[in-house]
Amino acid sequence: MSTSDHFPFIREFQPPAGAEGWERMYPYFLTSQPEGEQLEDERLWFADTMHWSRAVYPLDSIGAEAVYLGAGQNSARIFALPTSLGLDMRVVNGYVYISPTGITDPDVINERLVHFQERAGYYFANWEELYEQWKNKMTSVVEAMRGIDFPALAEYEPIEVVTEARGRSTAWDLIASYHKLIDDFFVAWQYHFEFLNLGYGGYITFFQTCKQFFPEISDQSVARMVAGVDVLAFRPDDELRGLARKAVELGVDSIVSSGDDPAAIIASLRDSENGRAWIDALETAKDPWFNYFAEYGFLHDQDTWLSNPSIPFAGIARYIEMLQGGEEIARDVAKLRTERDAIVAEYRGLLAEDEAAQFDGMLQLARTVFPFIEEHNIYVEHWTHSVFFQKLRELSARLVEVGFFADAEDMYLLNRIELDEVLADVVQSHVIGVPARGVQKWRAEVAERKGMMTALRSQAAAPALGTPPAEITDPFAIMNYGVTTERIRDWLGQSSGEGALTGAAASPGVVEGMARVILTEKDLPQLQPGEILVAPITAPSWGAAFSVASAVVTDIGGMMCHAAIVCREYGLSAVVGTGFATSRIKTGQRIRVNGDDGTVTIIGEAEEAA
Amino acid sequence: MTILTDSTAPEASDLSLVGGKALGLARMTAGGIPVAPWLTVSTRVHRAFLEQTQLNLRIERVINAIDWSSQDSLADAERQIAAIFAETPVPSDIAEDVVAGYRGLAERLGVPELSVAVRSSATAEDTADSSFAGEYETYVGITGAEQVVEYVKLCWASGFTAHALAYAHDRGFSPLAVSMAVVVQKTVKARAAGVMFTLSPATGDRSRIVVEASWGIGLAVVGGEVTPDRYAVDKVSLTILDRIPGDKKIEYLDGQTSTPVDDARQAQLCLSDSEVLELARLGKALEKQQGGPQDIEFAIDRELADGANIILLQCRPETVWSTRKRAAAAALPLMDQVAASVFGLGKPGSADSAGSAGSPGKRAFVLTEVGHAH
Repeated sequence: MSTSDHFPFIREFQPPAGAEGWERMYPYFLTSQPEGEQLEDERLWFADTMHWSRAVYPLDSIGAEAVYLGAGQNSARIFALPTSLGLDMRVVNGYVYISPTGITDPDVINERLVHFQERAGYYFANWEELYEQWKNKMTSVVEAMRGIDFPALAEYEPIEVVTEARGRSTAWDLIASYHKLIDDFFVAWQYHFEFLNLGYGGYITFFQTCKQFFPEISDQSVARMVAGVDVLAFRPDDELRGLARKAVELGVDSIVSSGDDPAAIIASLRDSENGRAWIDALETAKDPWFNYFAEYGFLHDQDTWLSNPSIPFAGIARYIEMLQGGEEIARDVAKLRTERDAIVAEYRGLLAEDEAAQFDGMLQLARTVFPFIEEHNIYVEHWTHSVFFQKLRELSARLVEVGFFADAEDMYLLNRIELDEVLADVVQSHVIGVPARGVQKWRAEVAERKGMMTALRSQAAAPALGTPPAEITDPFAIMNYGVTTERIRDWLGQSSGEGALTGAAASPGVVEGMARVILTEKDLPQLQPGEILVAPITAPSWGAAFSVASAVVTDIGGMMCHAAIVCREYGLSAVVGTGFATSRIKTGQRIRVNGDDGTVTIIGEAEEAA
Repeated sequence: MTILTDSTAPEASDLSLVGGKALGLARMTAGGIPVAPWLTVSTRVHRAFLEQTQLNLRIERVINAIDWSSQDSLADAERQIAAIFAETPVPSDIAEDVVAGYRGLAERLGVPELSVAVRSSATAEDTADSSFAGEYETYVGITGAEQVVEYVKLCWASGFTAHALAYAHDRGFSPLAVSMAVVVQKTVKARAAGVMFTLSPATGDRSRIVVEASWGIGLAVVGGEVTPDRYAVDKVSLTILDRIPGDKKIEYLDGQTSTPVDDARQAQLCLSDSEVLELARLGKALEKQQGGPQDIEFAIDRELADGANIILLQCRPETVWSTRKRAAAAALPLMDQVAASVFGLGKPGSADSAGSAGSPGKRAFVLTEVGHAH
């Protein structure tokens, strides 16, 4: 098969059987409309499987809205990035696709540059102070969401409505709280991008400085010089290590690592004083560190450590096992820092004096902005999303309670705008005192959409659609998603499905081993020691998996994705952004992961996998 | 001790005892630079030879008769002194010492018929220039104890060539004031050889080390008769980034003729990873020592044990990139730097910047001639 110069067009990209008519599930402006077709053909769209590794339920598509609203407003309108507006977005066959919007008119660029210098300059000049403020804003918005209440629809309004002369019903809060939840979620995502692109900008500036002095320097060498060794990103996994150590100290390790259901483990721990002491430690660690997704928390059906305690318990059990085997499980932060400083000193030592001064300045900039890059996910993707989805579960329970939906999962088959209509129906009919009008309509629709979702999720995302530009220049597409000119060329060539997979060499070393393809966090326990983890994307919450796997391969991501950052920290070889790893590699096959040149080769057919 | 075999002994660094060339070898070894194994026949042996044989007086008579303005007179003196040396055997006790030294070296290296270079290593008190670089003879490809004794004597005689006589006279000291130690050094039997740059020749990237090597001695690489294997090493982490097999159709096993390389070895990389990394470590150390990027010639000796088989032959400051001014380091305002780096607007740095601080004082040192067989 010859290499084409473009990927399939969005308009001709057929849905899988059983998903016909899928478009109606999403807000109309997220799907292809006639006005946009020419734009869709002419531009490159790549699958954002980093955030949405599976087809998104209609309600979950709010995440795509919030992310690209936040990204867009900060790039295009607030900081006025000179050469790019926001990332355009479409839902195609349930998957989220995005497309950079470049600016090429020099007059426009110059005009925007003036604004950018002033606006971004203000942030760089006051970064640390503004970042402290940001943490407070984030904490407040998470707390506000946590305080949102969806009251039950009662036969009679509480007496306080009368005695406090409120004049408004608690039933109305079902609608008001929903609006507030949506609003807070959008706000949190605007905060998310307040610093992100500028942070990447600071990092890229250091990166380019290094490239100027060392034209052949690898991305990972640059990344290693700025990596924070002691950032929040590692904290949840560090908590698991601490709990493992505590279990051994208290002599309750055999109970904690028994592999039983966490509830049963807790029950048997209550029988002893030491057991109760361990439970106390667990409870302390939980808030906030277990507000933590095992994957990127963009889908309502993804588990957090809170919603599925067996995930952190499995991690703790693994660390206990390592401790019992006499292994040291603490991340040696001092050693990592020493290594990092030694690398910096070596590169610096190769420079002339004036060059070294410039290098220092840019390294300082990168190190100032980098903590945000590494830590922001904890606040937004984990804490905010954990609370957001928890609140949606509470709302869903109310709708089941009043008999609107048969099942708690049904609500997610409506998009956020349809859900607003349903709440209007439910509250208005309740206060009037008549049955809701849309139960049959929505139950029939939900039944049909369940089938559609199953069909959409049976098919992997194509890595890209549309027409690639001659040259990918969008710095964030390159940095964050690993979508480079070269990668696009690989993907075009890969359509034939032969030869080695290529991606970004994210973390060095060559490793051969058996592949374990993990599509969702639910499959994580299948990963055996020494196997190579192959996943659409990894999240840092897979901490325990990083202690087990011998190497990591992902479909999506660049040098700065979490798999890359964490693998460098753990010293695991990694190739990210291969586009097709999870669809081409089968569990049980022997593969060779070359983290030095970014290739992944299948070297042996599948044996019987354990 | 008249025959010095231990390069770490204090005597090995005593210029008056070992001469300039041997002192250089001892210093390089002390500095971690692997050179071919050697022993030194010290200046004491030279003195003992001249005294026991009474050659001093006979040579002095010839020198006193020289007309220093006449090339013919100098050539005539050279012939006379050479004849005197030729008819004078090395006294047996001295010969036995040299033979024992040579055999000891051969035994230590586990090479029975050891081929060596026999090299003059001169020194003279009260002379500013004590190295006498290139003034006196070196003989390569010598095998067998008796031969070695003969060539040691020829080195001593080379203190009295027409050129050497004039050299001493021009600098105002007597040719007889020169003390002549002799270095007996293993001939490098290269399994593979090549060049190493402690930067990337393609981009000038100083965080790279590039090694090029082919089978046999370095002639084929230096003369461009083969496409050598090419190895790229990250200087900072000392990891091999790239191994590109070359097209190694021929090899020189001596300095004369090339022989074809069979197909299997043509495709096979000629250096092991551990050899490449050891070379890179040496390159990194040398660069530090010399204060700038280096261009180094090396050989892998097939007769020496793994781990002790890398021999450096020559080391020069790299000149192409090191002398080039790098357009960089103009202290742009931060936001200009960001705009330039992230969005490609304007130019990062500016061309009229100070550039690199030039290369600090560097000296080339030649470790051993990759010579023609004698």
